[in-house]
Amino acid sequence: MSKSTIKAKEPLFHIAKRDAMPLWKSWLIRLVAIVAALVVCGIVVVLLTDLNPLEVYQTMFKGAFGSKRKIWATAQNTAILLCISLAVTPAFKMRFWNIGAEGQVLIGCLATAACMILLGDKLPTPLLFLVMIAASIAAGAVWAMIPAFFKANWNTNETLFTLMMNYVAIQLVSYFITIWENPKGSASIGIINMNSQAGWFPYLFNQKYLLNILIVAVITIGLYIYLKYNKHGYEISVVGESENTARYVGMNVKKVIIRTMALSGAICGIAGLLLVAGTDHTMTTDTAGGQGFTAIMVSWLAKFNPLTMILVSLLIVFLDQGAGAIATAFRLNKSISDILTGIILFFIIGCEFFINYQILFNKKHKEEK
Amino acid sequence: MKKFLALFLAVAMIFCFAACGEKTPTNENPTGEGASAEADSAATADLSSIKIGFIFLHDENSTYDLNFIEAAKAAQAALGLSDDQVMFKPNIPEGNECYEAAADLVDAGCNIIFADSFGHEDYMIQAAKEFPEVQFCHATGTKAHTENLANFHNAFASIYEGRFLAGVAAGLKLNAMIEAGDFTADEAKMGYVGAFPYAEVKSGYTSFYLGAKSVCPSVTMEVKYTNSWFDEAKEKEAANALIQDGCKLISQHADSMGAPTACEAKNVPNVSYNGSTVSACPNTFIVSSKINWAPYFQYIINCVATDAAIDTDWVGTVATDSVQLSEINEQAAAPGTAEKLEEVKAALASGELHVFDTSTFTVGGKTLDSYMADVDSDAAYTGDTEVVKDGYFHESEFRSAPYFDLLIDGITEA
Repeated sequence: MSKSTIKAKEPLFHIAKRDAMPLWKSWLIRLVAIVAALVVCGIVVVLLTDLNPLEVYQTMFKGAFGSKRKIWATAQNTAILLCISLAVTPAFKMRFWNIGAEGQVLIGCLATAACMILLGDKLPTPLLFLVMIAASIAAGAVWAMIPAFFKANWNTNETLFTLMMNYVAIQLVSYFITIWENPKGSASIGIINMNSQAGWFPYLFNQKYLLNILIVAVITIGLYIYLKYNKHGYEISVVGESENTARYVGMNVKKVIIRTMALSGAICGIAGLLLVAGTDHTMTTDTAGGQGFTAIMVSWLAKFNPLTMILVSLLIVFLDQGAGAIATAFRLNKSISDILTGIILFFIIGCEFFINYQILFNKKHKEEK
Repeated sequence: MKKFLALFLAVAMIFCFAACGEKTPTNENPTGEGASAEADSAATADLSSIKIGFIFLHDENSTYDLNFIEAAKAAQAALGLSDDQVMFKPNIPEGNECYEAAADLVDAGCNIIFADSFGHEDYMIQAAKEFPEVQFCHATGTKAHTENLANFHNAFASIYEGRFLAGVAAGLKLNAMIEAGDFTADEAKMGYVGAFPYAEVKSGYTSFYLGAKSVCPSVTMEVKYTNSWFDEAKEKEAANALIQDGCKLISQHADSMGAPTACEAKNVPNVSYNGSTVSACPNTFIVSSKINWAPYFQYIINCVATDAAIDTDWVGTVATDSVQLSEINEQAAAPGTAEKLEEVKAALASGELHVFDTSTFTVGGKTLDSYMADVDSDAAYTGDTEVVKDGYFHESEFRSAPYFDLLIDGITEA
């Protein structure tokens, strides 16, 4: 390379890291990406189905915000996704690749369901809620601390470990579903305490989902403060940047790893509680519905900022609800909604590349010719 | 019945013309004309206010859901409903999503909502309680007659009659193979791939077995469960294991193409369910029984249009055209199958033959002379209703969903 490079063939362009971009510019790029995504979606829709793309977008919007119930459902789904995204954030900030949120949520669901089924008619309501909250948080925290403990002590690979813990959780849930199965042979536990409604979250102002949304709002603000202004939050950043630095300045890295994962798991456990006691009142192996993985994307896209996560999870839920509405309204298979969601996410994630990097076209060395 | 049929055809024609006036070109749908005569009340029915929503567990890739989807489309065509009046929600799991889907359909203006899977029931009941002005109909469920909700209804069909007929075809095939010297009468063993060990599946395989036994007395059967309604790999694996165990013919009650394609690969005759699989299995497919839901859909739509009450438990039969057999595949079936099936079908329809005739089977070596079935579902599955009288087990009479859940002699479960 030190030799004359004139004869070597130069690539047409090269990629370089950008300096920090002004905020308005980065958001402009994101906006352009979304518009471009919608245009591509429109073309795909027209090519595949002969529908009017404007009508499709309208349906999409209506699917998420078309009625009071839909707005509440969208808000509720956003709250749950946001809750799980918040949960994975401290660990990711620490560069601990926790892809076990799905399992941690499920274990929280299992703990909640167990309390509702086994204690539903034995404990007074306030006590039952306390037990449910404690059990779900503890279950999620323990589920997350297991891989953290191994990582901290023996430096095991946390990606594989947390991933495998998901499957253990799924199998545990399906095991208990066969035990609590009702009616027999249905392979589902049906609605828990359908008549007594024991352990169901109360309606606030006659709204089923309001309590869930408020709880997540509190967690959001709490986590924002925790990460930004608390000493723990600072320790998480330092361990994430460099474990050796952390050790050098006297931080107990093991403790930070286990504590942070316990926090991640605890919030996942709360998400499980909200899902079972607040909305579903049942438990299946699909209760978390892959949101433990979607949450990773939300957390990264939001650059670990809890407040930005509100927007990102809203966008994802909007896409999901809207795409589902398209499938119903135009009698298309659900695959079309997956295709559209895929295209839009591709553009949104792709645009981050252009925010972080720039493409420099190499000037042709015309004078040398 | 004839009067009903005439009225129905008249109504069908009126709608045909009405629809022609708009944009739908024609409604000459065979299912519509051949369908049951439930439309007697439709003479005055105005269907313009009808909006029906369907909740399906999977999409058309599942033979089970495909059967419902096709019936919904057939009913739509027969009644001349526009696409705006019929909404589909495929891929709705058996969880809170079902309630959300139902609520969503109510918001969209549906006045009838139908769900097709057993596990949807609790969520349909939840929605039925919340929206008393909307009718909720649920296939295969068991709780309508104990919930006492005016707007929640169960439906099923006497599919055990269809399976019995399919069993007769299987028995004839076994006889033909014995005659051809492929194996001895003692080796005549069938395999059955079932989804879950509960009444709907047990009732189904028992009637299938009894059908085969009625023509091939030495037959035995082995049942394997997949514990899933739709798992192609598991169903294939189960079918292969059964063939390995010496089963000469396979049938199944699970929703993928796993078992039929496994049979085709091994050249083992297959009796299918939910519709013909002849296109994928031209050499091994014999016949298939299925429930035709179109008559029920037409019935509930007409009930709502005329403000009539929908039956809490509706059971379709051969007579309502709800229980159907597919075309027989002459290439695989034994000669004379079609004639024999017609004969048995007539005997079933006249009541001279009962599928669960207690003189044709034993349980634990004894004839069944009394059985308390768990008709009113409860957590402990306690029997509450005597269902054996007049020499046969009265299936689907005390509620629409099956409750025959005994293991009779000659069948082994693995």
